[in-house]
Amino acid sequence: MKTQSNCSLEHSLFLRRRRRESIVVQLARFGLLIAVLGIWELIAGLKLVDPFIISSPSRIAVQIGKLAADGSLFYHIGVTLWETVAGFVIAVVLGTGIALALWWSERARRILEPYIVVLNSLPKIALGPVIIIWFGTGSSAIVFMTVLVGIIVAILHMLGGFMATDANKILLLQSMGASKVQMLRKLVLPSALPQFVGMLKICVGMAWIGSIMGEYIVSKAGLGYLIVYGGQVFKLDLVMAATVILCALAGAMYALVALAERILTKK
Amino acid sequence: MNEQTEKTVLEFDDVSLTYHTEKGETLAASHLQFAVREGEFIAVIGPSGCGKTTLLSLSAGLLSPSAGEVRLYGKPVERGNAHIGYMLQKDELFPWRTVEANITLPLEIRKCNTPARRAAARALAEKYGLGGFLKHYPDQLSGGMRQRAALIRTLAADPRMLLLDEPFSALDYQTRLNVCDDVYEIIRQEHKTAMLVTHDISEAISVADRVFVLSARPARVVAAHEIGFGEMKPLERRKDARFSAWFDRLWKELNL
Ligand SMILES: Nc1ncnc2c1ncn2[C@@H]1O[C@H](COP(=O)(O)OP(=O)(O)O)[C@@H](O)[C@H]1O
Ligand SMILES: [Mg+2]
Repeated sequence: MKTQSNCSLEHSLFLRRRRRESIVVQLARFGLLIAVLGIWELIAGLKLVDPFIISSPSRIAVQIGKLAADGSLFYHIGVTLWETVAGFVIAVVLGTGIALALWWSERARRILEPYIVVLNSLPKIALGPVIIIWFGTGSSAIVFMTVLVGIIVAILHMLGGFMATDANKILLLQSMGASKVQMLRKLVLPSALPQFVGMLKICVGMAWIGSIMGEYIVSKAGLGYLIVYGGQVFKLDLVMAATVILCALAGAMYALVALAERILTKK
Repeated sequence: MNEQTEKTVLEFDDVSLTYHTEKGETLAASHLQFAVREGEFIAVIGPSGCGKTTLLSLSAGLLSPSAGEVRLYGKPVERGNAHIGYMLQKDELFPWRTVEANITLPLEIRKCNTPARRAAARALAEKYGLGGFLKHYPDQLSGGMRQRAALIRTLAADPRMLLLDEPFSALDYQTRLNVCDDVYEIIRQEHKTAMLVTHDISEAISVADRVFVLSARPARVVAAHEIGFGEMKPLERRKDARFSAWFDRLWKELNL
């Protein structure tokens, strides 16, 4: 929207109020974070609760510093990031492809429907032992777990999008004699773009669930491994440090997808 | 107009159509028999659910008759026939395409997207008041403009026979009258044959050379009338004394 330079007084007052409101929101957001961290630090510092049990922001920062100093921080981040991104990309690409095939063939759709429903409701973690036996305990097992968690959601989401293509627009293209490929390229794919973006957002979350869950089951490295290991040796600082980094990474990846959304849906 | 020399464009020869679903079968059209001549504007009226859309789908070859034959220029019509332009109730413009890309869509689909034909489509848009909107997206246009863009899209591949399925019913009253006038004039100026189906009697009288009256389902043509307004425009026709006489007559026939 273009801002008018010669807007009325009432409108400029309105704009000013809106700006002030958003500044208040920003400040409150930041303040909330500071307050929580401060109270946490205080409780731990005054030993109201043993910091051994609840850790504290400063101890977490020190822990992250230590991990960074000996280089293991970037190693673990790298491992988890690679597993998550690989699993995410495979789930999205494969899921969209399968959804396309199911859109194309009504028969395939009807045949596979019950299997997809069952796979969708199966807790993927139940497949842990199978995955270890098939893929060993390396990164590929975790990538597989990540794909597994994301792909069914991707399929169902995209199939829903493809099937929701406006029937009248289909009729319109049919009246022009469109082939099925043309139907796909000119109508079904472009009109499912919002679903695709929505699916990306959901799958980012799913990918993190999959990779961390995978690392819980077969850990050798990665942030999930650090968390499990920290828990086992009762080093809560390590658990918290890895969790904080995880939060930051997941947030960053979501922001990337949001950026992709803006690029994809820009006219 | 000399009827002897006029060519038949569309012909229904004892056409019946049954829909089959798991719940049962529905006879939607029964022994349809009529012919549309070159340059004619036909309006088909009938109650909701009587089979008007079915009739258009048959005309466009989107459905094959269960019995009988639909012929276009003497040949059985098949889906995607290049002479047919189909226009729906809503404009069905693709929101992710500009107006220009929307109106040239049929050229892409029919694989005749040459610079000359694109230029012709653009010229058509300019001629009918969309010139300044070619780079706009549909959601930046008013309802009337959008429907006009939909008509230009229908005309872009230069079909000879237009099929219009209640093309104004999604518009508010004021817009509907204006767009109806627009569409009528464009179709006349471009010398197209047209068949418009509607449940709106006054709309039918205001555009048609001939009005077919359909029965309730299964659709049969129970009457065909030469309206006799010649080249009068829809808004003029509505003011004409004969208009209400036709309205009463068709009203009675519909409610038989
Ligand atoms: N695809 C379909 N399958 C089954 N029945 C249909 C189908 N399309 C339309 N019908 C039925 O055929 C009848 C005529 O439908 P239609 O031609 O759409 O009527 P109109 O356009 O006059 O409102 C209706 O009773 C409708 O329920
Ligand atoms: Mg209808």
